[in-house]
Amino acid sequence: MSNGGHSDDVVIRVQGLVNAFGGKVIHDHLDLDVYRGEVLGVVGGSGTGKSVLLRSIVGLNHPVEGSIKVFGTEMVGMDPDELRGLQLRWGVLFQGGALFSSQTVAENIQVPLRRYTHMSQELMDEIAAMKLALVGLPADTAQKYPSELSGGMVKRAGLARALALDPELLFLDEPTSGLDPISANQFDELVRSLQQSLGLTVFMVTHDIDSLRAVCDRIAVLVKKKIKVGTIGQLLQDSDPWIHEYFSGARGRAALAGV
Amino acid sequence: MRNRPLAAPDESLADLRLERRPDLLRLLPTGEWNIGQVPRLDVMLHGLQTERAREAEIDASGVSELDTAGAWLLLRTKNELERAGLRVRGVQVPQRYLPLVQTMEAEHIAGPVRGAPPGRGFLNFLERLGRGTSHALGQGYGMLGFLGRITVETTEVALAPRRELPLPAFVKQIEETGVTALPIVGLLAFLIGIVLAYQGADQLRRFGAEIFTVDLLGVGFLRELGGLVTAIIVAGRSGSAFTAFIGTMRVNEEIDAMETMGLNIAEVLVLPRVLGLMVALPLLTFFADVVGLIGGAVMCYFDLHITIPVFMRELQQAITLKTLLVGLIKAPVFAFLIALVGCFEGLRVERNAESVGRLTTRSVVESIFLIIAFDAGFSIFFSILGI
Repeated sequence: MSNGGHSDDVVIRVQGLVNAFGGKVIHDHLDLDVYRGEVLGVVGGSGTGKSVLLRSIVGLNHPVEGSIKVFGTEMVGMDPDELRGLQLRWGVLFQGGALFSSQTVAENIQVPLRRYTHMSQELMDEIAAMKLALVGLPADTAQKYPSELSGGMVKRAGLARALALDPELLFLDEPTSGLDPISANQFDELVRSLQQSLGLTVFMVTHDIDSLRAVCDRIAVLVKKKIKVGTIGQLLQDSDPWIHEYFSGARGRAALAGV
Repeated sequence: MRNRPLAAPDESLADLRLERRPDLLRLLPTGEWNIGQVPRLDVMLHGLQTERAREAEIDASGVSELDTAGAWLLLRTKNELERAGLRVRGVQVPQRYLPLVQTMEAEHIAGPVRGAPPGRGFLNFLERLGRGTSHALGQGYGMLGFLGRITVETTEVALAPRRELPLPAFVKQIEETGVTALPIVGLLAFLIGIVLAYQGADQLRRFGAEIFTVDLLGVGFLRELGGLVTAIIVAGRSGSAFTAFIGTMRVNEEIDAMETMGLNIAEVLVLPRVLGLMVALPLLTFFADVVGLIGGAVMCYFDLHITIPVFMRELQQAITLKTLLVGLIKAPVFAFLIALVGCFEGLRVERNAESVGRLTTRSVVESIFLIIAFDAGFSIFFSILGI
């Protein structure tokens, strides 16, 4: 997985990425490769641009400079029509779930199906029910509105929607934030089992050290406007004070006790 | 796992072959069983005839691709065949798709749950009518309660000066609802003044009474049109803004945050708006009256050759201070209605985006309705009083 450095296996290749807002540089010539079939965890302090990196890769944010290739296609400066072809191949779970509040959960899951395929309503209902079962939600969730769901259920429903078109690549923005530890563990297990059975590549922004340990093959740490990538074991050896503090602080030690 | 963009349904990409032996039905899926092909495959599987087969076998080891949608079709077919009384010898898939199929089987995936279909007919109509009526009554009741609360709060603030008036918010509301509305109110009042003068002159000219166009303008604008037009513009402009602003705060849980901090919603959000608008709208109305008369005067000058001094003299004879006051006295009432409805609907927003839009629309419609209804009420009231 992580050692597969062959260029065919690179799903996302970020090179020389520069992002700046109002003169403040967030990313300074940042490089990152994500390989097929791996789960990459992205961590970093508040304001280091984790979400900006995710948004740049999916095309919601236009970088100042640099190259972002997803499935070998250059994303920077791509026109919207081309982008659409790529959008079918990934799913995004936003931090707050971002379910459409005026639609039921089933309708939410069917939005991409309706947009990109021509299938009968019956089949769409079946697929929505199947996706809900896959993410571990009871079947009657389909008819509910997002406002009737708990935080954990919203995240699962959001995941079901992100998986609607069977993407190869899944972006998760802080999937376990706001969940209690038990729900967070269950969500981690869910991501892991789906990743394995569906053969997904997962790009996960997170703050949760437990998630990093349980799910991620490699971890990318945003420090000093660049990125350092490695397994937990490798990063523990790193000399950077922030990384050291992150993994060796009280929370980090407790979470890594089992490693 | 799909390594290419989604392809449109195509026979050459995915297919289902059938092998019929006397007792055995063999299904042989081939090609790409993925979400792009599933719509066509679904139709094919729905048309599947089991004929006299007692046993079935699903051998999908020939598929080149399989995703959850394709796997769902295989598993659904297996369940359906079993329900039809056939014995199904498992589902075979290529080795690499085994984890996928096993995960899906383990989740005990059932079909979708369908809600009760919407009813039809007379009974349903009655039910909807009843719901609508009870909703409208509830709305009126809620509004009355809100009116009561605001009245009590206003009186308390007025009588107990030690309670700090939210002065900056109040001034900001006057600026937002009053000052920034000047251009649009002025433009519309000017245009309406022109139209009124033109149409009035056209009719009165037949009787040789062109000079009374000035009376029509003066009385019509100051008593009715000025106030009504301004109130309707402000209802569309500020009433909707109140609802959308407070509604969005509700969506973001800001209102809940205020309540937990012991802040009084009526005092912090509603009062500055109600009081601010009650100051701004009469001023705006006066401004609209003046600009409307200027528009009328311009039209009189060009169309009827009534010079400005003649216009002024005629206007002085036609109207008294009372005419102006009758128009202006209505403005605070309209302002109260607009702000009350705007805030009331804003606070009723639920935590979803659709509700903000729906209630904003309703807020504007309700306040315009109330403005016109109250204006009619005022007319009757004044005519009884003989004003």
